[in-house]
Amino acid sequence: MTQDSFTPGVVAGRLDDAAYETQFADLHPPLANHEALVAADRCYFCHDAPCITACPTDIDIPLFIRQIATGTPDAAAKTILSQNIMGGMCARVCPTETLCEQACVREAAEGKPVLIGQLQRFATDHLQSKGVHPFERAASTGKTIAVVGAGPAGLSCAHRLAMLGHDVVVHDGHPKSGGLNEYGIATYKTTGGYAQAEVDWLCQIGGITIKHGQSLGADLPLTGLQADYDAVFLGIGLGGVNALGLENADKTGVLDAVDFISDLRQAPNAIDVPIGRDVVVIGGGMTAVDAAVQAKLLGALNVTLAYRRGRDRMNASVFEQDLATSKGVRIMTHAVPITVHGNGAVREIEFEYVGDDMQGTGQTVRLAADQVLVAIGQTLQADAGPDLDGKKIAVTESGQTSLTGVWAGGDCASGGDDLTVTAVAEGRDAAMDIHATLMGDV
Amino acid sequence: MADLTTDFIGIKSPNPFWLASAPPTDKEYNVRRAFEAGWGGVVWKTLGEEGPPVVNVNGPRYGAIYGADRRLLGLNNIELITDRSLETNLEEITRVKADYPNHAVIVSIMVPCEEEAWKAILPRVEATGADGIELNFGCPHGMSERGMGAAVGQVPEYIEMVTRWCKQYYSKPVIVKLTPNITDVRKPAAAARRGGADAVSLINTINSITSVNLDTMSPEPSIDGKGTHGGYCGPAVKPIAMSMVSEIARFPETAGLPISGIGGITTWRDAAEFMTLGCGNVQVCTAAMTYGFKVVQEMISGLSDWMDEKGHTSVNDFMGQAVPNTTDWQYLNLNYIAKAKINQDDCIKCGRCFAACEDTSHQAISMSADRVFEVIDAECVACNLCVNVCPVEDCITMEQVAAGQTDPRTGRTVDPDYANWTTHPNNPSATAAE
Repeated sequence: MTQDSFTPGVVAGRLDDAAYETQFADLHPPLANHEALVAADRCYFCHDAPCITACPTDIDIPLFIRQIATGTPDAAAKTILSQNIMGGMCARVCPTETLCEQACVREAAEGKPVLIGQLQRFATDHLQSKGVHPFERAASTGKTIAVVGAGPAGLSCAHRLAMLGHDVVVHDGHPKSGGLNEYGIATYKTTGGYAQAEVDWLCQIGGITIKHGQSLGADLPLTGLQADYDAVFLGIGLGGVNALGLENADKTGVLDAVDFISDLRQAPNAIDVPIGRDVVVIGGGMTAVDAAVQAKLLGALNVTLAYRRGRDRMNASVFEQDLATSKGVRIMTHAVPITVHGNGAVREIEFEYVGDDMQGTGQTVRLAADQVLVAIGQTLQADAGPDLDGKKIAVTESGQTSLTGVWAGGDCASGGDDLTVTAVAEGRDAAMDIHATLMGDV
Repeated sequence: MADLTTDFIGIKSPNPFWLASAPPTDKEYNVRRAFEAGWGGVVWKTLGEEGPPVVNVNGPRYGAIYGADRRLLGLNNIELITDRSLETNLEEITRVKADYPNHAVIVSIMVPCEEEAWKAILPRVEATGADGIELNFGCPHGMSERGMGAAVGQVPEYIEMVTRWCKQYYSKPVIVKLTPNITDVRKPAAAARRGGADAVSLINTINSITSVNLDTMSPEPSIDGKGTHGGYCGPAVKPIAMSMVSEIARFPETAGLPISGIGGITTWRDAAEFMTLGCGNVQVCTAAMTYGFKVVQEMISGLSDWMDEKGHTSVNDFMGQAVPNTTDWQYLNLNYIAKAKINQDDCIKCGRCFAACEDTSHQAISMSADRVFEVIDAECVACNLCVNVCPVEDCITMEQVAAGQTDPRTGRTVDPDYANWTTHPNNPSATAAE
């Protein structure tokens, strides 16, 4: 090892080889059988349970936990997957602390919720590790539907449509399927190539063809899809990123956090991913935390997450904030970037402190920065298409856009949080509406 | 600190916690360690008659029922009486008693229902210096097939006959251990008393099959693919045991007969409860088999602290205190009216009370859109199911409706006077209240 955390600049291999495996290991290791039984025993099997209400996909959580407790984890998995075909990924990446586990009555009672996310993973892993796909296709309907985007929304929609007997062609611009599951989530949240394994498992339903390298645009116009298919579902995510908006930000080392996260996920070995000694992440959401934590895990000496408001306003959950600080990330609040210093490459970034009213205080601070990772939001990239609601595609509750025969869901569509689980729910619900529309069962 | 020393039918022990006749008391090594750990007495594992000892199975002897986190709630066993020679046991009993003169050493005995058999063994047991004997009329498996154990305990005439022999050929106290595998436990208890027993002990284990292996279709514990019923014990049997104890304590023919309480006693509180129902001391087995001899330390400290708190200086102060309050259903006060009350500050909104009441009881709990659960007094019969299923202790309580108030369920004014079924107008055989 020739580099370490003190090496100035942006370099790869700050840690010794073995350390990377530990650093990027599963954030929550899988529950062992007895651990799962003990955790499942804590569920009160609530009536009309608050956790179900809190789940965007309405998984019957008390039922699946009881199925685990009674020694039938595969039945539990089927309960989960019948509502949420990506229940395995959601078990890993859902911010359960703000969803089901926040709603858990034992959180109210003791501040210690039932470990719903980890139990969900226990069940889905149990089934999927056997390669079993518990759903069967209905008789063919003769209809073919185009899905654009092989992320959580698109694949959820595709699976449900395939299960209902339709044929589905999924178009995706990336070389791999999975969308943000594959490109946008911290490595330690989905280890062991799970994103691809889940896609392969999901496609076992049959009737789904995935075509890579095909993005919506000149080569794949929406009008063409509308003409060629019985229906179209758009699950195209948010392909654009918000820029820092500073005149002198065009310096080496100023990166989009989503690209950093994606490059790290796709790197065969984390040891080959260069990282600065001093890293500053700008933003307050999940992407900012994922980037900051991973910068630290790669061996950066100083990582600062700078956010323009107070911690209570951050989109990242308290759990995520605490995860960041526990890994050694410093969270700096009430700081708005005003200038990037450096000659060619970034050297420092200067902030002005602002009050809760976002008014400048006149006080500034400079932080050393070999890298600035920008995570201040993503935007829809769609030139022409359905009407927008604000910056997203306007959709009805069942996912219909302003264009006849075109549905949309996931991060690109209005309504709901930008979460994997929300995208899965929207894809599923759109599929049900497409099915009802095509089959005349409205 | 309260005085825990106990004088049970003249047998003194430093505390009321004895180890029951069972695997933990099968040999000198265990019993010495038990006394060192703090147990007040032991009932030595049952001795059989002279000659080749019984044999045990060489596969599993125990089966179990579990609660959360594999907490052992019920244990069943198919072990027989001691499988060591009579001579060995007698020698060990003699040595132990000599070394522990202040601890209670009782010898459990099971020999055939023949006078000669008892006449032969009793002098040899007496020679050990042990403080008394316990007649094993309870073992429900194996030995009962040979006409001993529960096979005797199920025939009151045999109990009386054997007890009489023992009182004739043995000079120290005789305790008769009763089987619960019988319709009315008062009958064998009365028979024991007629035979001259100094005390009864109960319950022995309950016939049980703990589980069936759904792959092999064999009951567990399984011996080469076959199972047999065993004797059930542990925390799960405590309510059954306490009911039987209370029956004997308040039955005119057996009231006042000293009782050694047995059945799922796991904590000091269990022991105290048995004693308030009329037991002079208690015997423990499963708790020791689950956690080791050390559990007695909690039992000692817990009982002592509780006695101090209540101002009891001796176990005699509270022994039998709950017996007068144990009665027949027909004497319960039907003019006592209560309603469930949900403390909204403590409620965690799980809705279990609602599900239980709505689905299986009286539809007496309402649920609002924002999950506020409230009792509908006009429907509540005070059944207590909501209290039982609520995971939060004391969140739901039963509140008495004061006399003079109107019960919204019946529209009637609550009567301050006691009235029971025997005088109720709906009772066809009611006798008019005077």
